[in-house]
Amino acid sequence: MAGPVGWLLIAYLGSLAVLFVASLWQLDDFSGEIVHKVGFQNFQELIETPVYRKIVLRTVTIAALVTITDVILAFPIAFFMAKVASARVRALLVVAVLMPLWSSYLVKVYTWRIMLAHDGIVNWALDPFGLSGPGFGNVATWLVFSYLWLPFMVLPIYAGLERIPNSMLDASGDLGGRPWTTFRRVVLPLAMPAVAAGSIFTFSLTLGDYIAPTLVSSTQFIGNVVYSNVGIANNLPLAAAFATVPVAIMIVYLLIARRLGAFESI
Amino acid sequence: MHISNGMRWVLRIGTAITLAFIYIPLIVIAIYAFNQSRSQAWPVDGFTLQWFDRAFHNPGVRDALWTSVKAATGATLVALTLGTLAALAISRYRFFGRDTVSFLIILPLALPGIVTGMALNATFTQVLGVDLSLFTVIVGHATFCIVVVFNNAVARLRRSGSSLEEASMDLGANSWRTFRFVTFPTLRTALVAGALLAFALSFDEIIVTTFTIGQEQTLPIWIFANYARPNQLPVVNVVGLTVILLSIIPVYLANRLSQDPVGAGAGAAPAGGAAAAAAR
Repeated sequence: MAGPVGWLLIAYLGSLAVLFVASLWQLDDFSGEIVHKVGFQNFQELIETPVYRKIVLRTVTIAALVTITDVILAFPIAFFMAKVASARVRALLVVAVLMPLWSSYLVKVYTWRIMLAHDGIVNWALDPFGLSGPGFGNVATWLVFSYLWLPFMVLPIYAGLERIPNSMLDASGDLGGRPWTTFRRVVLPLAMPAVAAGSIFTFSLTLGDYIAPTLVSSTQFIGNVVYSNVGIANNLPLAAAFATVPVAIMIVYLLIARRLGAFESI
Repeated sequence: MHISNGMRWVLRIGTAITLAFIYIPLIVIAIYAFNQSRSQAWPVDGFTLQWFDRAFHNPGVRDALWTSVKAATGATLVALTLGTLAALAISRYRFFGRDTVSFLIILPLALPGIVTGMALNATFTQVLGVDLSLFTVIVGHATFCIVVVFNNAVARLRRSGSSLEEASMDLGANSWRTFRFVTFPTLRTALVAGALLAFALSFDEIIVTTFTIGQEQTLPIWIFANYARPNQLPVVNVVGLTVILLSIIPVYLANRLSQDPVGAGAGAAPAGGAAAAAAR
């Protein structure tokens, strides 16, 4: 019974191993063919090329900003679902948050492209206030990523808040804690593992994405470099080397998240 | 629990803002699908059904739809078989390395799609020498679809316990009869739910697809190839709305099938699991 499953795991882990090995190969300068010779020149190129360093920094910065934005947007609705809404409304809200999470991610990015365009709905809505939208660029990318991954943050935080006994919040109130104090000193520390769990998704998904930056911006992210090196430039070893960057960042991130207790909250 | 009225309103408004943020783009694309004009300017001029007709008769869209259906069906079937076997193995037998295996099955979800895509691409093209085709797409999609089926089946098996199976065995049924008449009926709705989710997930996947596909186009790949052509945009809008509906409907059905009778508290766990699964 475990046979086919075992083979599948071997195949999956095997291909991850191939990814790491391929990142050590190189292109023949002349023919452009892949040479199966092992060396660290791809990683050297990654570290020494200023553009690549900038791309990694940009990706990580946006990933962090997206995570913070989603925490802020997720908290009110998650708290409302967990502590205020009736059982019926709560069930409705869970479905309402869950469904868009599954609906085509590419179409959502594409819709934002239309909405953020010069004559799109965002500018139309802001125009009466004398404002204009961000247009395409880093701000648009940040906005679209925050949109895309928001449900991944809402659901774990909701589950986490639901586990906090109401009596604790009442106790804090009875002891004179104002709502903000209760939130800061009781709710937030108890919800931290859930926030960390949600942030794994918001962070990891941003690190590996190239669709949103392609559609609503002209700047490059880690994913764009991998994509263009597999497709157009046909430099598979460099693409493989760049694909290990999110893996390395995520390993560090997961180690930190584990310390915050995120794994009990997924 | 005491929450002041002012606070309740703050929470309601916050909830409304987040829901609006989530749903406005979905409503906007639905409106654009009926947009009369070729231009994508807002507000739209008027409404028409002609782009649905165009999309329906567009050979590129038809081929892509058919490819997507084949890929999603293939991936779902593979996932259903292997995911169920894995779930039974993990929850009914103890064996060496069990915890490691259950962690490794979740791994395709924790890594960004581009990593899985690159890894499979390198393996197919460099090591195995396989030409990229619909078959490689199915293998690629199966890696994460398995997780969805596995998660649903494991949750159901854990909840139902093993006492019914033990009773069946004690009454003299062999393991096949027990599976057929006891385990499978318990699992059935969970498997249908898992299959629906797997189908939805595969149907609109683009990143792993891009790295594992050959000459064919799935619907998302078709959209990605056409989003920058002003002439095609009305048809892209229609295809977009179709893809959204075809992924939302299975999810809605799956949600009803796997509805947890125990209560909302336990329901949060499958929700989190689904979030984890959709992380692809």
